[in-house]
Amino acid sequence: MSLISLHPLKRMLPPLGRFSGVSVRHLGSRSYPNLRVTRLQDYNSSALWKMNGTRLTVTFVTPEGQKKTVRCNEGDSLLEIAHANNIDLEGACEASLACSTCHVILDENIYDQLEEPSDEENDMLDLAFGLTETSRLGCQVRMCKDMDGMTVYLPSATRNMAVDGFKPKPH
Amino acid sequence: MQRLTIVGSGPAGFYTAARLLGRLPERLAIDMFEKYPIPHGLVRYGVAPDHPEVKSVINRFDEVANHPNFRYFGNVNIGQDLSLSELRHLYDRVVLAYGASQDKLLGLTGEETTRGVMSAREFVAWYNGHPDFQNLSIDLTSTDTAVVIGQGNVALDVARVLLSPLDTLAKTDITENALEHLRRSKIRHVRVVGRRGPAQMQFTTKEFREMLHIPGLRLAVDRDLVTHELNRAKHHIAKQRPLKRMTDLFYKHMDSALPSRDAKAQGSDKTWTLDFLQSPRELIRNPLDQPLDRLTHALQGTAVEHNQLVGPIDNPRAEGTGVVENVETGLLLRSIGYRSLSLDPTLPFDTRQCIIPNASGRILTQNQPSSTYVEDNTRDASPNTVLPGMYVSGWLKRGPSGIIVSTMSDAFETAESILQDIESNQSTCRTTSETSSSSLVTELDGAVPDKSESADVSDRLADRGVQVVTYADWKKLEALEYAQGATRGKPREKITDVAKMLDLVRST
Repeated sequence: MSLISLHPLKRMLPPLGRFSGVSVRHLGSRSYPNLRVTRLQDYNSSALWKMNGTRLTVTFVTPEGQKKTVRCNEGDSLLEIAHANNIDLEGACEASLACSTCHVILDENIYDQLEEPSDEENDMLDLAFGLTETSRLGCQVRMCKDMDGMTVYLPSATRNMAVDGFKPKPH
Repeated sequence: MQRLTIVGSGPAGFYTAARLLGRLPERLAIDMFEKYPIPHGLVRYGVAPDHPEVKSVINRFDEVANHPNFRYFGNVNIGQDLSLSELRHLYDRVVLAYGASQDKLLGLTGEETTRGVMSAREFVAWYNGHPDFQNLSIDLTSTDTAVVIGQGNVALDVARVLLSPLDTLAKTDITENALEHLRRSKIRHVRVVGRRGPAQMQFTTKEFREMLHIPGLRLAVDRDLVTHELNRAKHHIAKQRPLKRMTDLFYKHMDSALPSRDAKAQGSDKTWTLDFLQSPRELIRNPLDQPLDRLTHALQGTAVEHNQLVGPIDNPRAEGTGVVENVETGLLLRSIGYRSLSLDPTLPFDTRQCIIPNASGRILTQNQPSSTYVEDNTRDASPNTVLPGMYVSGWLKRGPSGIIVSTMSDAFETAESILQDIESNQSTCRTTSETSSSSLVTELDGAVPDKSESADVSDRLADRGVQVVTYADWKKLEALEYAQGATRGKPREKITDVAKMLDLVRST
């Protein structure tokens, strides 16, 4: 599983585990049943920011249109940032690419800069509700400086049959 | 403080609770009832053992269960240990989230009595350690071919379990008993049969990809048929991103696929066949008087009729052509869908779709046509059709299909309905049953519980001698499962016997 880096720099971002005091399960780990996602509750402490140097912001927009701008670090995934800030983004499979509950929608200019989603991510995006051209899984998108200040839209978590073109199966 | 109860502890129940407690942590108290001692429903007993990452969602359920206003009551059967009308008196609002415990039948003679014929649901429950299915008569040694009817994810789950290398499965939480049967298994070929064509496959790309990546396993298809059908539907496919991606994957593997006819004669050790446009019409069984087994027929094969597609290209119907072919098999698993049961004869139930009629999760007193599927978004029911304080979530609400994300969304929708009703002071089931004069409500009420009975459900259950399993009890059982699993190099070894679960809870 590759970390997403910015095109054209194709920069590999440092793994999350580098943050001392904050243990984060590495992507791709299959260490079930002991895997635990750390919800990074104390992540906003300024001490951590000073320690890690970078300070970026990202604005989440809820399905109801509410905006919440939060601070984060380079290398954080959007899912981790959401969890650290009590933003409703589920992440049922804990970033193991087995669900689409952390589906987010990005602005086109940001989306275009990211590496293409992997087949595995696309398989899950296929199952997301309200999929758009610029949809990604929040667990797969990691912050870097060039994404500072970007806006992330949360799709409605409630399934809208009409929008999805959902049809009941024939019997 | 509003008191709420949720019947069922699968993803529908837990996600409903998660959203409710997330929004109103101070003002709600939730009691969840589960028929079995152990929670999590299909996450434990349905999700394939080799999909541990899907089961990570249990950590989320643990968080919900740790909420101070949440109580779990395992081993409590609503309808037996407590009646629905009692729940309606004890709680302000009731959420039914007990899912779909039955499955649909093919309608073939001998379907339920022939040895070697069962539902994929039962087979899955067996290898996943469901207490009710541990005595299932499973014989994987007298046939080399299994036939799975249906082309959804459950069909591919069972095909994968039957055909995966043992060392892969041995590292999962599949039961040791199932593993032992699979070690002795002679099944080398699995035919996955769909009544419609390759453009109507119901499984998802991930599961398809997994099948294509099983070491030593070859895919077999009727290439001409597949090419013809996909070509015919190409404009429809081009518009559907998931279908388009799955079709591309299919084409990629088509050249290396074996012909579906006599796939096993091609000398390949293990094959899986995608059979399209076929419906089983008859079970071929050994005669009863054979000494092999005097009591039951054993399956020897199935007669399948070839179909053609008629009707709209985006959702065609299968129609028999009269051409019938016999397929040799000793194991036939029907995987054509689950089915919910009604909990209580006084509750509204849509017997056609096997769901509880509802509008955004609010139970409706009338059998309105599946309100979840209506075309427009203005699906709020008029107040007089809503059964106050009664809700439904998950498969019981929208029918038994979809994955975690669909059940999650669906549970959130029900939770939002409940939150709206709480905010706007809509009647609870309690107030209705005490004050309303509506005949329907009276009828639904049933017997009025004895006033002398304890108001707290724990005491009431204790009075009745019901051994309640708490979430803390379950975590102790889980620790035992982990410890058992560790000795075998598995994530856990499931405890599969209810009596044993209850004994262990008492003794730890």
